[in-house]
Amino acid sequence: MQRIGVFICHCGTNIAGTVDVKAVAEALGHEAGVVFSTEYQYMCSESGQQLMRKAIREHKLTGVVVCSCSPRMHEATFRKAASLEGINPYMVEIANIREHVSWIHKDMKEATEKAIILGRAAIAKVHLNQPLQAGESPVTKRALVIGGGIAGIQTALDIAEAGFEVDIVEKSPTIGGKMAQLDKTFPTLDCAACILTPKMVDAGQNEKIKIFAYSEVEAVKGYVGNFNVSIRRKARYVDETKCTGCGLCTEKCPQKKVPNEFNMGMNNRHAIYIPFAQAVPKVATIDADYCMMLKTGKCGICSKVCGAGAIDYKQQDEVIERQYGAIVAATGFNPIDAKAYNEYGYATCPDVVTSLELERLMNAAGPTNGTLLRPSDNEHPHTVVFVQCVGSRCTETDERGKPYCSKICCMYTAKHAMLIREKYPDTDVYVFYIDVRTPGKNFDEFYRRAVEQYGVHYIKGMVGKVTQNGKQLRVQASDLLAGEQLHIDADLVVLATAIEPDKTARSIATMLTASMDTNDFFTEAHPKLRPVESPTAGIFLSGVCQGPKDIPETVSQASACAAKVIGVLAKDKLTCNPCVAQSDEMLCNGCSSCEKVCPYGAISYSDKEFRGPNRTTLIRRVASVNPAVCQGCGACTVACPSGAMDLKGFSNKQIMAEVDAICQ
Amino acid sequence: MQEMMEKRALELLADGTVNRVLGWSVGEFPYDMTPAVFRSAEDLKDRFVYNDFCGANLSKYLIKESKGEGKILVFLKPCDTYSFNQLIAEHRIKRENVYVIGIECYGKADVEKLKAMGLSGITGIQMKNGEYVVETVYGNKTVKASDATAERCLSCKSKKHVVFDELIGEDGDVVEDCNRFDMVEKLEAMTPDERFAFWRGELSRCIRCNACRNVCPACSCEQCVFDNPNSGVAQKAAVNSFEENMFHIIRAFHVAGRCTDCGECSRVCPQHIPLHLLNRKFIKDMNEFYGEYQAGADPDARPPLGTYTKGDREPNEGGNK
Ligand SMILES: Cc1cc2nc3c(=O)[nH]c(=O)nc-3n(C[C@H](O)[C@H](O)[C@H](O)COP(=O)(O)OP(=O)(O)OC[C@H]3O[C@@H](n4cnc5c(N)ncnc54)[C@H](O)[C@@H]3O)c2cc1C
Ligand code: SF4
Ligand code: SF4
Ligand code: SF4
Ligand code: SF4
Ligand code: SF4
Repeated sequence: MQRIGVFICHCGTNIAGTVDVKAVAEALGHEAGVVFSTEYQYMCSESGQQLMRKAIREHKLTGVVVCSCSPRMHEATFRKAASLEGINPYMVEIANIREHVSWIHKDMKEATEKAIILGRAAIAKVHLNQPLQAGESPVTKRALVIGGGIAGIQTALDIAEAGFEVDIVEKSPTIGGKMAQLDKTFPTLDCAACILTPKMVDAGQNEKIKIFAYSEVEAVKGYVGNFNVSIRRKARYVDETKCTGCGLCTEKCPQKKVPNEFNMGMNNRHAIYIPFAQAVPKVATIDADYCMMLKTGKCGICSKVCGAGAIDYKQQDEVIERQYGAIVAATGFNPIDAKAYNEYGYATCPDVVTSLELERLMNAAGPTNGTLLRPSDNEHPHTVVFVQCVGSRCTETDERGKPYCSKICCMYTAKHAMLIREKYPDTDVYVFYIDVRTPGKNFDEFYRRAVEQYGVHYIKGMVGKVTQNGKQLRVQASDLLAGEQLHIDADLVVLATAIEPDKTARSIATMLTASMDTNDFFTEAHPKLRPVESPTAGIFLSGVCQGPKDIPETVSQASACAAKVIGVLAKDKLTCNPCVAQSDEMLCNGCSSCEKVCPYGAISYSDKEFRGPNRTTLIRRVASVNPAVCQGCGACTVACPSGAMDLKGFSNKQIMAEVDAICQ
Repeated sequence: MQEMMEKRALELLADGTVNRVLGWSVGEFPYDMTPAVFRSAEDLKDRFVYNDFCGANLSKYLIKESKGEGKILVFLKPCDTYSFNQLIAEHRIKRENVYVIGIECYGKADVEKLKAMGLSGITGIQMKNGEYVVETVYGNKTVKASDATAERCLSCKSKKHVVFDELIGEDGDVVEDCNRFDMVEKLEAMTPDERFAFWRGELSRCIRCNACRNVCPACSCEQCVFDNPNSGVAQKAAVNSFEENMFHIIRAFHVAGRCTDCGECSRVCPQHIPLHLLNRKFIKDMNEFYGEYQAGADPDARPPLGTYTKGDREPNEGGNK
């Protein structure tokens, strides 16, 4: 029989305000095996811990139940305190009577009753607890960053700076992400390329950083400290080691009619291309969908002009395997498709563009060499209308849009408006908004400058309809403050389209067993206290893949993420969770059900000899778990029909005992 | 059919391909065909029987038998081949120790149906011109085949042998319109209370003889949780009558995704509990949630409940009750 001590925490008034803690201590004190039961104001405080330690000594406790906050908060604290008194840390159980009771119930009587029931369940479990010893596993001192936008680049640079190897896997031919497409950046209006490209070059030249561009992660196995990742290096049909990036091929290629994605399809590129002048790695790529040689076997011009002999039409995708200690998701975002918004005429009127398209129209390396010309006839627009919140902040029933605020649009629109007024003072600029949101250092000042100094017309109200009217666009809108309908004849309409996570993010999350919210943004381990970690050990989050952010915020998060990764890589060994699965060979059928569901590949099989009836020997296939690989997820224990597979610390029996105690 | 099977079995015994044969012989009653192992030509000639009462699925016996010395010959009907494959998938049978002869099947007779027609003293059965000729101590009786065919055979899902080394008779096809979910749909249309009452009523007749579990090829555990005092569920049954029903619910969960819908459980239940409806509900739900899947059709297929794919339904997406 265990000698169990029960400790009820008031958590100030957090718990004691709703739960009659004295009654709980009294009631649990009568449970079988409980030799000591008390309550205290803050169990986690130094004096609370001392109280627990004293009780362990004086009452010779063998098990401890703490009724307090979530085990995610203080389980470690109490386990440590108990182990200082010689009790195995896994003989401590927490009953969560804060998040599960006091915070969600109002009625004291009911809350107290529930607290007692949860306490009873924890006591029932402790009766069956076994002392467990944690093992250790080594750490591969290399990190993987998935996505080479500014977030991924910054995280990689910081990890490399600390002396660790890091690989960037980027699906497009170059790193840089969306920032490479921007013109100037708020709130300082420095040119995006001028601040981004040095970082890209740094990443490209850093000995510790390996860039796998035009590559995708295909499979992830393993666990924190020991991930094994398969990376598909898509065929570029150009030997990366030979190509010097001279670009001769891209000029000579006769197939010139390929929509240029870097310029949002507003001009064309060749079938062999380098996305932009500062691309890293600066290597040409053949677009297999358009290359005549690859499609019909006729052409081969690029191969003839390439002095380096880098063209290889026979190149194949290659899958490589690399080992990592930690993985960072930095898959970023994309603007949503504005075509769904018929009322704004995006699909039908050429002079209705998205904000990202406008960035390209204003960029010196863009399709118009930086002069603002409208797409339909290459004329200067004299009236420009901006529509805010296209697809952002929609009601849950709106299928086209997103419920969240995309966060960056108010600021970049202020930037766009200001830049247009600065360069072309004869242009009238209108911005239709729901609210202007400018929290951030120097942000509101920035917006006010647009209104006050640059005379941008900010109108609170929504645009109802945009239609083509001859050469112009007819904008119907409402001015909510003046309470009137407006008609503006505009030359250019810019839609501040919502942003959404990259479409590949969900499959990446599945591979990483990282969780996502309903909008497909990665979720953090704790929204306030662990914002750059995913709930899965060893998986970290950087940039917009976790939620909408501007560049300053992206970069701070990227560095924070790097710090967390370094924290893992700096260790030589990680303590393993001793709550791992174990199979009872006497019961095991060798059926492979468990092996099929184990997400970490921790289960293997061997043929073993058993004693059969009448002194015979039987050979049976049985499962065994590699405790260094098992993460204690418990998937196998529910897949196992015979109950042979069990999880230490959360055995079937312990869980049944808890359920019984609750239903008692 | 019996002659052809016997002849081929004798040949395979004689040329040493196999050293024993798993088939059927007469059990307690002349219509009670029971699985049996024949170890010699004499034994085979003596006891081997094959007729339309041979409904028993032999595949489960191979768990034990395939571990012995040498190869064993087994006769499998189309539906039995699914069970066989499933057991292969679960590493329960040593394939290399088994020689499979697939035998054609057009449905087996249900002796209970014959008895209900007032027939007694049944001693044998033969299929003639699409009708059953039932031999009884009172003479022969002719019965329309469809009137005496077992329920499970009326909604047979497949006449195709998914695995065999050789065939006697014809191989058929998967039956697309077998209507096996008709009754499940009726249950789904009930209100939860009606359904609860239905199942409570059916399951209340269970005498816990364990026949369903013992015959089930999916229930092949070394030690069943219900026989394991450490499992914590073995003793539960005694607590109250609902806990007793949990036996069936737990069993249905254990075989979910592995049950081939062979129908053996319902066939052997002395209390005529329609256990197959529980399993078919699971099969139907899985088909709807994760796409069509037939356990045992392909031993290398990943079972829907044992696989995670990116397109899987989220739990909150719900299904048909
Ligand atoms: C029109 C517009 C104007 C803006 N202006 C400003 C501004 O002035 N100032 C400012 O601070 N911010 C601005 N922003 C915001 C800024 O662009 C973002 O904060 C920043 O780009 C986020 O960087 P990121 O690395 O998280 O994402 P991204 O830039 O999207 O980078 C993600 C990278 O990951 C890659 N990737 C995605 N999925 C995979 C995968 N499965 N495998 C491999 N690689 C993958 C992508 O190809 C991409 O290279 C603007 C945004 C827009 C849309
Ligand atoms: S608990 Fe089971 S399924 Fe989960 S990692 Fe461990 S062995 Fe694999
Ligand atoms: S699921 Fe259970 S019975 Fe099957 S192999 Fe795994 S431990 Fe053994
Ligand atoms: S549960 Fe019934 S139908 Fe399913 S495999 Fe077992 S015996 Fe056959
Ligand atoms: S009920 Fe479950 S434990 Fe028992 S034999 Fe069937 S599958 Fe195995
Ligand atoms: S065969 Fe029928 S009576 Fe026997 S345990 Fe199964 S359901 Fe109950």
